[in-house]
Amino acid sequence: MTAKATTSATFEQDVLQAEGPVLVDFWAAWCGPCRMVSPVLDEIQAENPDKITILKLNVDENPDLAMKYQITSIPAMKVFSGGEVATTIIGAKPKFALEQDLAEFLK
Amino acid sequence: MRQLIIIGSGPAGFTAAIYAARANLKPLVVASSVEVGGELMNTTEVENFPGFPEGIMGPDLMAKMQEQAEKFGAEIAYDDVTELDLSGDIKKVTLGSGKTEEAESVIFATGSAYRKLGLPGEDRLSGYGVSWCATCDGFFFREKEIAVVGGGDSAMEEATFLTKFASKVYVIHRRETLKASKIMQERAFANPKIEFVWNAEVVDVLGDGAVTGVTLNDTVTGEKRDLALEGLFIAIGNDPRTHLVHNKLELTEEGTIAVDGRSSRTSVAGVFAAGDVIDPHYRQAVTAAASGTVAALDAEHYLAARGDAGAPAVTSDQLDQDALIETAV
Repeated sequence: MTAKATTSATFEQDVLQAEGPVLVDFWAAWCGPCRMVSPVLDEIQAENPDKITILKLNVDENPDLAMKYQITSIPAMKVFSGGEVATTIIGAKPKFALEQDLAEFLK
Repeated sequence: MRQLIIIGSGPAGFTAAIYAARANLKPLVVASSVEVGGELMNTTEVENFPGFPEGIMGPDLMAKMQEQAEKFGAEIAYDDVTELDLSGDIKKVTLGSGKTEEAESVIFATGSAYRKLGLPGEDRLSGYGVSWCATCDGFFFREKEIAVVGGGDSAMEEATFLTKFASKVYVIHRRETLKASKIMQERAFANPKIEFVWNAEVVDVLGDGAVTGVTLNDTVTGEKRDLALEGLFIAIGNDPRTHLVHNKLELTEEGTIAVDGRSSRTSVAGVFAAGDVIDPHYRQAVTAAASGTVAALDAEHYLAARGDAGAPAVTSDQLDQDALIETAV
């Protein structure tokens, strides 16, 4: 199961108005570390289908959102809760490290 | 139990894998979970690797090396090493997944990591305007004024690359002359968007939630001044990744893994090292690749000697390395 995509058009509904926590993965095709972390996020989503929603946002296609959330380095993962950014994770990390960063949402 | 585990997936690791696989050693390459391919994954054109007069993109070169290693039978694990036990005759490599692999020999080729300035603001703002990878993050600094810290080839390459996005790129260097190759210097000097700040050391990175500038110290006059910036790229060199082998393998004064002369033999029998993790001076893709070959051949001789003598019932402390090599010859 791969995490779904979100875009500028659907961001409000998918992320800001979502009930539970939503992790938005800001990525681009030319970003090697982004490609490496993508399957790791898919695994985390598959193992935690109800605790958190993981969505992927392509910064090339949605530069407005990248700018709005002041992204200056990717991969950048922002967990939204109640429409606000609760946690930011910058850079590719192995699965156990990401799970640690997301511990409060995965328990 | 395996014959050989290779830790690292840069040019050294994959070249060692190619040679070891062709020697039927069935190597396992622990390639890292998120950093497969090493430093070349973070660069664009590689123009000085022989055989590519048109140049080749770093990630493409690494993809080809991996393809070549796999073609001859190398096994790749996209995982990290969390623990290493080199004390026994059989080496134990524990991975992030929890699995422990055992092997008669290990090639350690973990390369080196970006050096940091060592300033608190640097860590605080890492990913928020402070970066060590121009190709990764340059995209986000369109029309902004940014700086690169450093004076070598990497700094020149990054600065030149960043002019594709930034409105202005300062190159901050603590001396008056650059270490970079002449051709890279000339390209940077010729670029109208690049301005050199000589004899300057960054002593603080400023900003709250995002980089707003740096404080510079003039290395000649001692004067301090602030420079407004929206991005800071640090390109001051690399430090060898040896944390897994601290207190297990001898290190040199420069912090690299000590090897015997021009071989890859470390202070522990059956453990070989290659690439930037042993080389503080040259650190090129092609020198790393050559180093990987040396390690694979050294490992092959070591294993052949064990094959002839049978697996010794002694620990590595008691093994006489010279006797083993002579037996192989």
